[in-house]
Amino acid sequence: MDPRLGTAVIVVLGVPAVLIGYIWLTERVLGLLGQRARPRLRPWLWLAPALAFLIVFLVYPSIGSLIRSFQNAAGTKFVGLDNYAWFFNDDATLIALKNSLIWLVVLTGLTVGLGLLIAVLVDRVRYETVAKSVIFVPLAISMVAASVIWTFMYDYQVPPNPQVGTLNAALGSAGIAPIAWVQISDFSLNSILLVIVMAWMWTGFCMVILSASLKGINPELLEAARVDGATERQVFRRITLPLMAPTIAVVMTTMVITALKAFDVVYVMTSGHFDTQVVAFQLIQELYNFGNPGRASAIGIVLLLAIVPVMAFNVRRFRAQEAIR
Amino acid sequence: MTAETVRAASVGRWARFGRRIPLHFVVIFLMVIWLIPTIGLLVNSFRPPEALTESGWWTAIFSPSQFTLNNYAHVLAQSNISAGFVNSLFISIPATVIPIMVAAFAAYAFAWMKFPGRDILFVVVVGLLVVPLQSTFIPILTLYGPKGLNIAGSFLAVWLAHTGYGLPFAIYLLRNFMGELPREVFESAAIDGASPVTSFFRLALPMTVPAIAALAIFQFLFVWNDLLVALIYIGAQNPDNAPLTIVVSNLVSSLGGGWQYLAAAAFVTMALPLAVFLALQRYFVRGIVGGSVKG
Repeated sequence: MDPRLGTAVIVVLGVPAVLIGYIWLTERVLGLLGQRARPRLRPWLWLAPALAFLIVFLVYPSIGSLIRSFQNAAGTKFVGLDNYAWFFNDDATLIALKNSLIWLVVLTGLTVGLGLLIAVLVDRVRYETVAKSVIFVPLAISMVAASVIWTFMYDYQVPPNPQVGTLNAALGSAGIAPIAWVQISDFSLNSILLVIVMAWMWTGFCMVILSASLKGINPELLEAARVDGATERQVFRRITLPLMAPTIAVVMTTMVITALKAFDVVYVMTSGHFDTQVVAFQLIQELYNFGNPGRASAIGIVLLLAIVPVMAFNVRRFRAQEAIR
Repeated sequence: MTAETVRAASVGRWARFGRRIPLHFVVIFLMVIWLIPTIGLLVNSFRPPEALTESGWWTAIFSPSQFTLNNYAHVLAQSNISAGFVNSLFISIPATVIPIMVAAFAAYAFAWMKFPGRDILFVVVVGLLVVPLQSTFIPILTLYGPKGLNIAGSFLAVWLAHTGYGLPFAIYLLRNFMGELPREVFESAAIDGASPVTSFFRLALPMTVPAIAALAIFQFLFVWNDLLVALIYIGAQNPDNAPLTIVVSNLVSSLGGGWQYLAAAAFVTMALPLAVFLALQRYFVRGIVGGSVKG
């Protein structure tokens, strides 16, 4: 038998046991303290394991990035804000910035909108599990395999070669000339075509979380409204939707961040050509292809700052939630 | 029951069905849209590589003679594929369990305990979602190296890393769902003398089960499909511990192209996350939470 199996069993059973033991122990320790110290100390003891992980794996490397963002490519001298000045003045970066904005708006809109629609609709049909599985499957396909299949969806052959791409074949059967998808340079359409690939994958993510929220609504509440004569549409608009609003905000925030960080689809399908460059892929290229960790770090810090408004909105929302619960 | 009432009931059922036709139409339409690329990939995974560039996948449905199991046979014949599968399991299960537990404690503290600096701290924690993982690799590798913890290449290295990377989203999601629970439940429990530990295990956790199920699905999925983190912290140091994603990626690059194997591999590796998804579906039942809350 694999000796690692023993380790794995110990970890799967042992770690939760240790964590539960830890919380139980903190409560015992708090019991020894005075009434006033207890509520002050308790939250920090509950947060400690999470904060330890976050500090080691995310905060500490980010501080390194922050320092690195003020240094030159080789990391030999400090260059002040040069990397940031480059980011906001370079033509290529500005295109990437524009595309990232498109990603942010279109991806978030599509995934959250469709995810909500699907979560609500399948709640009313008997084949809910089947329908949800169908929408969920793309997320379980690896990003590379998904990009490969969409390369075939968008494939374009110069006529008179036969079109093996699904979309162009469909157009062909309707008598429409094939389109060179993803290589059209007008209207940032290429970026939107890439966003569609990502939306196909991530709608399932939004659907699962929104569905969890929908199922959490007390059915008695909806029944009471119906008894009082509310129509289905009123029940949805006045009760279901407001109760789901916090979760919709969480899903939207997560998708905004996913959109800002997305690069795999761009990497596999266009490598940033045809006006499809995005900020996250530029970070990767600066880091691995152009050997400029200084610039890459500056991009990372800009991304961090870019979500400050989103987070401020979240805090306001949580405060409001606390005031009414 | 008289004949009239039976007829009225059946007319009612048909009228109800008629009203629901648009609903079924929209749901099935969306399912078809979502399925087309997946079916394309599935059909292509059964076709020889030459056929792919010559004709569209839909033509294969009408001439099934070109179907072959070679892609699957090749993927499954990889000497390390079963080891990769076992490694993926060893990596994914603890890397799902640990962050969820750690996050649940933190989420409860954020949602139901008052302390100075809470909002700022929460913003920082969720803001860490944006940190590009690539920028953390070098400092963490140094920490894992022989001069630090000396765990590079081990499962422990990836368990810890996935826990750290997964926590911001886990805390965010659970804090949202725990924060929505009604205050009275916790207040009456406190009056009855329940400690925060009891409230957490007896009330907060059971009432957030659908959210925990959703989180478990995604954390498992992300770890199972992760190539990057595994490649950095296990990859070169210890090939014996390589998960399925590394085995599959070697398959593709070592053969230059070879992406028809990728399609087959996608369906092989997809099976388990899909099973987890289906297994956790039973926690997405209306009323699982509602029943315990008299709101």
